[in-house]
Amino acid sequence: MKAFLILEDGTVFCGSSIGSEREVISEIVFNTSMAGYLEVLTDPSYAGQAVVMTYPLIGNYGICTEDMESGRPWPDGFIVRELSRIPSNFRSGGRLQHFLEKYDIPGISGIDTRALTKILREKGTMNGMITTHAYEDYAEPVARMKDYRVAGVVKAVSCKEKYTLEPSDPGREAVSVRTAGKPESLQKRAGEGKRVALLDLGAKKNIARALTERGCEVTVYPCDTPAAEILAEEPDGIMLSNGPGDPKENTKIIREIRKIYESGVPVFAICLGHQLMALAAGADTYKLKYGHRGGNHPVKDLATGRVYISAQNHGYAVDPESLSPQVAVPAFTNVNDNTNEGLRYVGKDIFTVQFHPEACPGPQDSAYLFDRFIEMMGGKE
Amino acid sequence: MPKNPEIKKVLVLGSGPIVIGQAAEFDYAGTQACRSLREEGIEVVLLNSNPATIMTDKDIADHVYIEPLTAEVVEQLIRKERPDSILPTLGGQAGLNLAMELEESGFLEKNQVRLIGTTALTIKKAEDREMFKETMEKIKEPVAPSDIVEDVEDGLRIAAEIGYPVVLRPAYTLGGSGGGIAHNPGQCREILENGLRLSRVGQVLVERCIAGWKEIEYEVMRDGAGNVITVCNMENIDPVGVHTGDSIVVAPSQTLGDKEYQMLRTSALNIITELGITGGCNVQYALNPDSFEYCVIEVNPRVSRSSALASKATGYPIAKVAAKIALGYTLDEIKNAVTKKTCACFEPMLDYCVVKMPRLPFDKFITAKRTLGTQMKATGEVMSICTNFEGALMKAIRSLEQHADCLLSYDFSGLDPDALKSQMAKVDDRRIWVVAEALRRGISYDEIFEITRIDRWFIDKLAVLVEMEQALKTEPLTEELLREAKRLEYPDTVIARLAGMPVQEVKSLRRKAGIRAAYKMVDTCAAEFEAKTPYYYSCFDGESEAGEACREDGAFGGGETAGGARRKKKVLVLGSGPIRIGQGIEFDFCCVHSTWAFAREGYETIIINNNPETVSTDFDIADKLYFEPLTPEDVESVVDVEKPDGAVVQFGGQTAIKLTEALMKMGVPVLGTSAKDVDAAEDRELFDQILEKCRIPRPKGHTVFTAEEAKAAADELGYPVLVRPSYVLGGQGMQICINDHDIDEFIGIINQIAQDHPILVDKYIVGKEIEVDAVCDGQDILIPGIMEHIERTGVHSGDSISVYPAPNITPEIEARLVDYTEKLARALHVKGMINIQFIVAGEEVFIIEVNPRSSRTVPYISKVTGIPIVPLATQVICGHTLKELGYTPGLQKKSEYVAVKMPVFSFEKIRGADISLGPEMKSTGECLGIAKTFNEALYKAFEGAGVKLPKHKNMVITVRKQEHEAAVGIARRFQEAGYRIFATRGTAKVLNAHGVKAFSVRKLEQESPNILDLILGHEIDLVIDIPQQGALRSHDGFVIRRNAIETGVHVLTSLDTAGALATSLENRAGELTLVDISRS
Repeated sequence: MKAFLILEDGTVFCGSSIGSEREVISEIVFNTSMAGYLEVLTDPSYAGQAVVMTYPLIGNYGICTEDMESGRPWPDGFIVRELSRIPSNFRSGGRLQHFLEKYDIPGISGIDTRALTKILREKGTMNGMITTHAYEDYAEPVARMKDYRVAGVVKAVSCKEKYTLEPSDPGREAVSVRTAGKPESLQKRAGEGKRVALLDLGAKKNIARALTERGCEVTVYPCDTPAAEILAEEPDGIMLSNGPGDPKENTKIIREIRKIYESGVPVFAICLGHQLMALAAGADTYKLKYGHRGGNHPVKDLATGRVYISAQNHGYAVDPESLSPQVAVPAFTNVNDNTNEGLRYVGKDIFTVQFHPEACPGPQDSAYLFDRFIEMMGGKE
Repeated sequence: MPKNPEIKKVLVLGSGPIVIGQAAEFDYAGTQACRSLREEGIEVVLLNSNPATIMTDKDIADHVYIEPLTAEVVEQLIRKERPDSILPTLGGQAGLNLAMELEESGFLEKNQVRLIGTTALTIKKAEDREMFKETMEKIKEPVAPSDIVEDVEDGLRIAAEIGYPVVLRPAYTLGGSGGGIAHNPGQCREILENGLRLSRVGQVLVERCIAGWKEIEYEVMRDGAGNVITVCNMENIDPVGVHTGDSIVVAPSQTLGDKEYQMLRTSALNIITELGITGGCNVQYALNPDSFEYCVIEVNPRVSRSSALASKATGYPIAKVAAKIALGYTLDEIKNAVTKKTCACFEPMLDYCVVKMPRLPFDKFITAKRTLGTQMKATGEVMSICTNFEGALMKAIRSLEQHADCLLSYDFSGLDPDALKSQMAKVDDRRIWVVAEALRRGISYDEIFEITRIDRWFIDKLAVLVEMEQALKTEPLTEELLREAKRLEYPDTVIARLAGMPVQEVKSLRRKAGIRAAYKMVDTCAAEFEAKTPYYYSCFDGESEAGEACREDGAFGGGETAGGARRKKKVLVLGSGPIRIGQGIEFDFCCVHSTWAFAREGYETIIINNNPETVSTDFDIADKLYFEPLTPEDVESVVDVEKPDGAVVQFGGQTAIKLTEALMKMGVPVLGTSAKDVDAAEDRELFDQILEKCRIPRPKGHTVFTAEEAKAAADELGYPVLVRPSYVLGGQGMQICINDHDIDEFIGIINQIAQDHPILVDKYIVGKEIEVDAVCDGQDILIPGIMEHIERTGVHSGDSISVYPAPNITPEIEARLVDYTEKLARALHVKGMINIQFIVAGEEVFIIEVNPRSSRTVPYISKVTGIPIVPLATQVICGHTLKELGYTPGLQKKSEYVAVKMPVFSFEKIRGADISLGPEMKSTGECLGIAKTFNEALYKAFEGAGVKLPKHKNMVITVRKQEHEAAVGIARRFQEAGYRIFATRGTAKVLNAHGVKAFSVRKLEQESPNILDLILGHEIDLVIDIPQQGALRSHDGFVIRRNAIETGVHVLTSLDTAGALATSLENRAGELTLVDISRS
């Protein structure tokens, strides 16, 4: 069936419908990862957005459900150049097409995704519509999509009740990945006996997994949990997760995070968590022209000068100028565009990063940051 | 970390002659690295024995030595030039081995030369099997169970322990020489015996066979600060068991999820970190298709064929960055040359699919086994890029120039189901065509997978192509179907054939529907950042990013826009495609120099080529690079977008020349010699008319179409005759026939290859072969020099030892050669290059062949004479005259140096190939000896070609009767040099009768011990075996030659070559005189 992608600047791409045939309006963003489409689809940070994969051949290895980063896919739409006819992988449990249908996610294939990406790069992220309806006049849908704002997404993706994850069994192979040359820390399980509170702002599963693998017990809290409730449990450390949307929208959560900031409990935060902590500490955030989404972004650890290739997914960034150096100093910067990629809070056991050390999809190079967090909590040598 | 200030003068080692397993990729890497070093103000000393390379140009390095790549030469060079550092990671295995030898002997330390880009420990950890295994165990990276053995019995014991089948890999050899898979003790013994001898350190690795697993490669980089990145990963369509150089490879991997991708990526980064590599490295993995289990197969701690491929596939210049890292820079300090915004410390993201296909030499070696295994056989490769896999594969197939344009090109429809399945089980170069036939028959994906272990995803893609064939055959050609066929890169000719309509109709349907190729950019970042480098590929499902600016210009030529304003004239330089026997790196040399010369003349330059190994496809050689097949349709699509003012075909070998007619039809002016005159040189009748007019004699001959006509012609001329197709390359299909039977057989072979042109039958004249390259401006002619071949006529010029200046011609003959050259160049209205081959028989001079284009010998003659032939020819093409350029026409003064060009063969790699020299070219590369005297030059040339005659001082001579007499003189010279001579009875008798002591050995068919036992006993250094000419070559000789080659014995099949070798032995110099050609 024919499908159309209409952008708010009036550009129209014609392709074939994949997944659900319902019409959807969303913010269109592109991701440059060449593999890991299922992890992208199930990353809650994409709530409220439709994702374009720049790699043209998608669906090749089907759906391996244990690779899902949350219980369901979150994007409003999925845009690809070509969907594979057959999935081929020993773990594949089905086709991507069926997965999209099952979760009622509309999508479009057979369009020039590179041309689309160039528009988004040059004009910035914009709204768009995926539809199977052939409009005679685009003015009406364009007007409708101009009104669209990503809103209320954190609440939508966060868990509704708190739950606890036991340290993973060291005898069991880590989920799916045969970790040859596993970091020493994983083998030593330095986090044994540590209790971590994870504030779920739209967390990817691998954040908790990275901690339970290191021996931690992880309690996951809904995003609107008052700080007092978390602190009352006396966790050894608090983890603020990734999540979707405009960080400034989360005023209530920011107020609670301010309390966590003041508590003295060690904190490690990723992505949205990083932005919210910065806002809680008085910084400002701004929207990037087209964001960073992919698995190839170089970030420099300013303490060592080493550069790591990181997984990224964010449309907003912290303005480091807006923070007093007495409060926090930049810990990482993006080597491509010099945007802030991490902060170290002065006089506090708090460090936060904009990129994704939990990877999935993407490089695992910065996984050592979880070790640093455990060290901060006084984990065993 | 900034540049290390102590590094001021660097010695760069090249990789020597092109052989299978070590080809143009090292010229590309070396050239890029030298430019990168000089950008940093480093003084570069270059050593490479291969004169056809761009890296050995004086504008690439400060000091250029074309000398043998031996430890003695490097030592002497270091003492002479006093470099402070040596960069060995760009010269392939040859360069790395040399550096290791010098490091181990303590020479480098003693002379205070540091190894940069790597350390001896790194090389050892990666290359020494035992240390490699220990290193991998230390970081818990799995390797297949294995053990290193140094003798055959140990090997058999270990193999029994591991369990058959086992893979055998000799240590320190290139292209997997001498390796293989053994299924039983008999095979194991055979491979071990051979492998142990070929290994530099006498070691062979016996390893669990993981054949059938997915083969995945990662190209990774690391700097001195420890930053690590992945440039690219690649997946071989052929599973483990086929050398990656012979596999169809796709980038990025297609069937790996992020978990598998990252697992192997992390592993590769751990490995490069543990090895402490500063620069690039290639890691090869076997991945079990049914689990996360994997093994590290191999690590190459240097740039390689794969890194060249990864560079071209991603736009990331690995060699350039590796050179900067060697100087001390960190990755984040190095700029991304493509985006100019971001830095080199990132990982390229592709938004397209890349396919590489090997170019195998079975068209040259028709007797050779086509089976592919762990020993590489390909001479070159092609790469193609498209937005979908099917399209990339279709483009790669036609880029190979092997008369294949779709999955129907090799016909297996005659096989019954069982035969088809057993054919599918054979791993050879036509396997995807067999799979396509299986799909046509409805054999299931699962069954095909079980037989071939090719991933079902690739099988499905082949099925998409097969379904399209069917649709084109049976359905009406609607716009939708046509659009889809083009998206899959079906050429118009194939669509027309399948749909049963003229090509013109397909073209007009396309035009009506507006279906045309669009060009996308290779930008390293999937469009995330704006890129500045116009490196393009085509697709049919998107909007074009190329040529928007010039679309309004309208018509060709004139160099004027509609408004009348001058714009830069555009020239299209057509490349030479994959490296193959007969068309090698030398044509890339010519294309690149021509491109640079056009740029200096103020032209905007555009290159079309499809070879990922070459310098010409580096993104900063021309103003624009189109990575495309070199067929008329693909070229026309580029022409439609670019509307060049002209195209130049005389530098891209036969590949480019073949496009002349098509360019004319497109309305693109062919610059230089006109298409009509190109045709006159190739068309027998037209050419004969010209010769007659110029009163130049040629061997008598006739043009025929059938075997009957050929036999009649031969009867009239008298045997022996030379039979060949017109429009040939490297003597392809050319044979000497001594009787009617030969003619029947050869014409049969010629007609297997599509033959649109007539066949030539010429009288075969024995004499001296002379070759001349010249530049003509339409009026005056410049002849840089005259070359003489050591082998008499009958041996292809590319396989002959060529000497400049010609040592044995009289002034009268020389004058006549010059006269003929001038007459011919004028008669053919040559503008640019011309290459002529002559026979001198007594006082007579005949012409054999004229090529109105650049030739194989141009790079070497340019280097030894110092005359920049290609730039000169390009300037002439642009309208300058030789006189205006400051040259005096005519034969140039002889250089003070003698240069000997020595062919180099790769016979040991191609099982079953007949190695005897003849009119069909067989060499894969060449090296040069350059010196003040002929003897020293000859000695250097043999050294450079790796002809080392060691220890035993035993040799075998077998010659045919008519040459018994001639053999005596040669044998005597070897005897005087201390050789013990063995010969079969007839030859021995003659030798003994003439006072040369020869031991008689039994012939092959007689009982042991016979001649074969002697050769297999590893006590023979040299075999001189002169085969019969014609088709009925003795089977015995073939068996002897093959066995000798496969046991590493040098074999000569021409007495002339043997004579030259004797001369070289008699004049073994003490210390060589090294020549810096940039100063001469």
